[in-house]
Amino acid sequence: MAKVVVTPGMFSEREYKASWKTPIVTGLFALLILIDFGLFGKNSNVNFQLSVKGDAIMLPNAVANSETINLILGITMLAIAGVSVLFTLGNKKTPVWLVLVYGLLGAVALLAWLAAGAVVPTGFILGQAVALAVPIILGALGGVMSERVGVVNIAIEGQLLTGAFMAAVVGTLTHNLWVGMLVAMLTSALLSMALASLAVKYLVDQIIIGVLINALVIGITNFLYSEWLAGSGSDANFPGTFPIVKLPFLSDIPVIGPALFEARVTVYLTYLLVPLVWFLLFRTKLGLRARSVGEHPMAADTVGINVARTRFWWVTSGGAIAGLGGAALTIGNVGAFGREMSGGLGFIALAVVILGRWQPFYVAASALLFGFAIILRIWANQVSPGIPTDFITMIPYLVTLIAVAGFAGKVRAPAASGQPYIKG
Amino acid sequence: MKLELRGITKRFGTLVANDNINITVESGEIRSLLGENGAGKSTLMNVLYGLYQADEGQILLDGKVQNFKGPGDAMAAGIGMVHQHFMLIPVFTVAENVVLGNEPTNKIGGLDLDEARKRVREISDRFGFNVDPDAVVEDLPVGVQQRVEIIKALSRDAKVLVLDEPTAVLTPQETDELMQIMRELAKAGTSIIFITHKLREVQAVADNITVIRLGKVVGEAKPTDSAEKLATMMVGREVDLKVDKDAHKSGAVVLSVDSISVLDDREQRAVDHVSFEVRAGEILAIAGVQGNGQTELAEALLGLRPTVKGSGSIKLDGVDLIGHGVRKRLEEGIGYIPEDRKKDGLVANFTIAENFMLNGSYDEPFVKGVNIDFAKREEVAQKLVKEFDIRTQSADALVSNLSGGNQQKVVVARELRRDVKLLIAAQPTRGVDVGSIEFIHERIVKERDAGRAVVLISTELDEVTALADRIAVMYRGRIIGIVDSTTSREKLGKMMAGIAE
Amino acid sequence: MSNVVKPEANESRSETLLREIMSGTPLRIGLSALLAFMFGAIFMAAFNQDVVDSYATFGSDPMLTFQTAWDTIVNGYTSLLTGSIFNPNGGDAVSMFRPITETLRLSAPLILAGLGVSLGFRVGLFNVGGTGQILMSLLGVTWVSTRMTMPWGIHLIVALIVGVVLAAAWGGLVGLLKAKTGAHEVIVTIMLNYVALYLYTWFLREPSLLLEHGGGGTPKSDPPAVTAQMPLLLGPSFDLHIGILIAIAAIFVYWWLMERSAIGFRFKMVGANSHAARAAGIKIESTYIWALAISAAFVGLAGVNQGLGQAGGLTASVNGNIGFDAITVALLGGSRARGVMFAGLLFGAFKAGGPSMQLAGVSPEILGVVQALLVLFVAAPPLVRAIFRLPKKEAN
Repeated sequence: MAKVVVTPGMFSEREYKASWKTPIVTGLFALLILIDFGLFGKNSNVNFQLSVKGDAIMLPNAVANSETINLILGITMLAIAGVSVLFTLGNKKTPVWLVLVYGLLGAVALLAWLAAGAVVPTGFILGQAVALAVPIILGALGGVMSERVGVVNIAIEGQLLTGAFMAAVVGTLTHNLWVGMLVAMLTSALLSMALASLAVKYLVDQIIIGVLINALVIGITNFLYSEWLAGSGSDANFPGTFPIVKLPFLSDIPVIGPALFEARVTVYLTYLLVPLVWFLLFRTKLGLRARSVGEHPMAADTVGINVARTRFWWVTSGGAIAGLGGAALTIGNVGAFGREMSGGLGFIALAVVILGRWQPFYVAASALLFGFAIILRIWANQVSPGIPTDFITMIPYLVTLIAVAGFAGKVRAPAASGQPYIKG
Repeated sequence: MKLELRGITKRFGTLVANDNINITVESGEIRSLLGENGAGKSTLMNVLYGLYQADEGQILLDGKVQNFKGPGDAMAAGIGMVHQHFMLIPVFTVAENVVLGNEPTNKIGGLDLDEARKRVREISDRFGFNVDPDAVVEDLPVGVQQRVEIIKALSRDAKVLVLDEPTAVLTPQETDELMQIMRELAKAGTSIIFITHKLREVQAVADNITVIRLGKVVGEAKPTDSAEKLATMMVGREVDLKVDKDAHKSGAVVLSVDSISVLDDREQRAVDHVSFEVRAGEILAIAGVQGNGQTELAEALLGLRPTVKGSGSIKLDGVDLIGHGVRKRLEEGIGYIPEDRKKDGLVANFTIAENFMLNGSYDEPFVKGVNIDFAKREEVAQKLVKEFDIRTQSADALVSNLSGGNQQKVVVARELRRDVKLLIAAQPTRGVDVGSIEFIHERIVKERDAGRAVVLISTELDEVTALADRIAVMYRGRIIGIVDSTTSREKLGKMMAGIAE
Repeated sequence: MSNVVKPEANESRSETLLREIMSGTPLRIGLSALLAFMFGAIFMAAFNQDVVDSYATFGSDPMLTFQTAWDTIVNGYTSLLTGSIFNPNGGDAVSMFRPITETLRLSAPLILAGLGVSLGFRVGLFNVGGTGQILMSLLGVTWVSTRMTMPWGIHLIVALIVGVVLAAAWGGLVGLLKAKTGAHEVIVTIMLNYVALYLYTWFLREPSLLLEHGGGGTPKSDPPAVTAQMPLLLGPSFDLHIGILIAIAAIFVYWWLMERSAIGFRFKMVGANSHAARAAGIKIESTYIWALAISAAFVGLAGVNQGLGQAGGLTASVNGNIGFDAITVALLGGSRARGVMFAGLLFGAFKAGGPSMQLAGVSPEILGVVQALLVLFVAAPPLVRAIFRLPKKEAN
């Protein structure tokens, strides 16, 4: 008798076929930029303003030709697409960081095209992008914490709105913004508790609960706004904002210093929370347990991890962080609460969770993309009216669509996300 | 450690899954728990492991009464369990899986993965498991995954180790290795509970045997007792798994499969250049240990799974089916009894009548024009319920209310309603009571005698030898030989382990 | 394995979803409504200006507070009824019967879009994309009704068809993305909502496309041509137009499709167990595409109703959040034709009663709270059971 010859690699090696979607999409966009913005672009100078009056280190403005910049950027992006082709030929996936670099270059290219013949307030745009991204990042972090344990959180919008409302009203009534912030986090956490217990204990469909919590919060805040804040309680909606704090030394760094390190406490908390959540998820035993619950709850149960409790507390803490994001909208930015002021940021956060692949750092980067798109539209309206800014606003949504459709590498959600765990 | 289960009773609603069960396992003993599918073995073990709370009775370890609120308590008390479906996180590494729930931490409270790796290596080296702590579990073969499960239990100092149907996914060779491991563990003082319904394995490794039927202990036995005696105890009556059938009169070739290859969900080659033919009036059994490509082969025949581009052909009565969808293949005359009836065979919250209609929603008798013909459907359903002896109040009952055997008969009835040329029956009697097994076996033979070609896919050697006219053995995605039905069990066993002449 | 049959443990998410949605008993819906209106009453009373003023004297005269609160609640809900059903103090017949016609008018788009979302639920798909589908429908409707001239009647029909086709294509796109790439429909529909919003806004902004003649910075179109507007049903004294007739027709079509036709059977099969459907020869991918396209077509009719049911210029806000309200309608209505009709009428009445509540000094926004709570209680049976300590209904 002779053993059957088994081909090496059979049953152990994947016959994985790397997808051509990434190189194709990146290649097409690079060509678009190269041709439309570069070759047939605007032949006038872009003036990148690197310092403003009062900065510690004054840099001269960087001036360059719009076409030239876009030619260079277009070629660089085409090169990245080429690298992606090489990866695919070698049957490997294009790394995420490379795609992120590509996205960043694309954003600069767009900026350089828009600003042809004008001055780009670089610091202002960066700073505003960060400020706009903060609520999205915090909402998405809450979403990540929730989805990592297997609970889909569609209610981020409602949590942001709750946080924004409570921070403004409690902050005003107690004359203490810190109390306002804490109450915002607590209330939003309570909302998450409702979501968690309905989803985990009572097994109600998580998406439905999320949608309904959003509807409920919008209903309640709209009612309170029109019946109370806009009438008898108008003095309850003047919280003011946290002061802007300059971090010593860091804020002196040219360009990024003033943009990133002259900010309100909510922004600094975000800088802390992103690595903190990452560390918690990927470097501690709590995180290991949480992820196991999100991937295979029954397996977690059999090693003595309490699935329901784990889900409950992670979702709840995630709610607190999303509540902080809401506070960032009011007392961390404009002050007073406005009707439906979260305006869909919660849904953007939902997209950012997926775009950032359930990983805090990537999530933050994706949120910045949205922040950048929002400020770019506002600014572009001012410098060059006539540009269809609606399309600029559309970009991040399209990018998310492209991402969830798998054109930027396969997205793998926590396996048990959205599924209730029933014992036995 | 000595384990005693005293008077364990567990009810689910009106159903008594465990009825006053008493078992004692001495330190270092290998105790086999033998019983049919659905006898209540797994329920009992889940009670022992703290996943379920017993309604009555006590669990004692070394004479002390235990009160397990959850698996954590059971583990802390020294009970380890290797589940039938592995409880491993696919995307985690071996080390992460092993320490999950019992994690070593470093000074700043972070996870100490070095310590975790050390633990894995220690145990792996002690028993010669040869497992890489940094391998990601989903990339490992099932045999190795099972070792990870054992390491997981041992790393928590398990003194009582429960193995729930551990050989279902193993080749005979791997099974031998597992038994060796069990003996070594027992020698070291670990008490082992070995759950199975395979008599041969019980006889090979057990010190003592407890037989369970319908949730009750029906008696104890010795491994030296005859297989017939054990089988009778297990089933509760004389069992004759032999099916009466005449010698086959095979006709023309109905199905001709030529060199097809199929990938599984993980994009690994699960079926590798497989060729065979089945004639009218013939049952071709495809035997093999679970996970050697049979599932993927069945799915590829029906068109649920694509064949690798450019590989071979599947011809039914001369028509090449490659490139055609499931519907076209069904219409060409394939009947399909899927391996997992709950997933692929039935819609649980549809009625029996609606389930009969699943693959008949395009034409008569169920549909007239664009509308459902409710009267006709009722009529057909009544007829099928009677013909296939489906025990139900009415054809409008939900299938989720039927027993496993009756659910399977619904599937069989639906597929045989149509005049098929080829019947593909994948594990047609899995999780089914003995009465229904006999009914389904007889029915399959009847179809053969009526001149249909039958492909029977089964991991149960008894079923294969009872029904087959010819036997194809699959190993690692290949058919390593097609032999006569008179081939000895021993030789078939060797073939299933990949040893061909 | 144990022989315990536990259907819950084996069913997929969409199966659980279906079972939850279908299991609405009249008693539970009644109790849910009672609870929701009670919570609404508490909110209404606690924040009313007069009640707030009476807090000052609560120590000395608590009854004043309770009396004011009670009056507020009675006043609020009475004005809801007189604003949405019948106004006995109207004076003339037109004013007296106008409320019920308003309810019917405002129910029509909710019923239409609600049917669309319901169809999705029955196929196991969560269509959150109503807003985008309505906007795409509006895009088509606006184009045909403001930039084309056609005879009376034909103009309306062409606008309707273009709107429905555009919406269906937008929904089918979701199905296509889900089928081809496995992207989750919830996230895809939410993204497409925004894309549709900015696309429509851009069309409205461009003078060469849809911007009103002589218009400036605000994205707004001309009013739809009179030939394309929905004809009024009860003469010029009432705003009720044929939208409600379209809704009634849609209810029957939906009922036939889901309960009587073979296509509907296949839809339900895919929704209940897509694996079994696949093994039975159903093409899951094309079922998703068709189901979402048909779902979006129903929603698109709501867009047509919004666009052509009025005489003013169109803006993006004409979509009136109906895409999201439709989810609550579908959930409350249990995704059944009859249930959706009643749910649509109820929430239509909420909309109709709003102005009358406003006049009575109670913010109609409270109805948003009642609506969300009502559906929350209906969608979460354990919540109501827990509050009223009802026994758990044994399955079957």
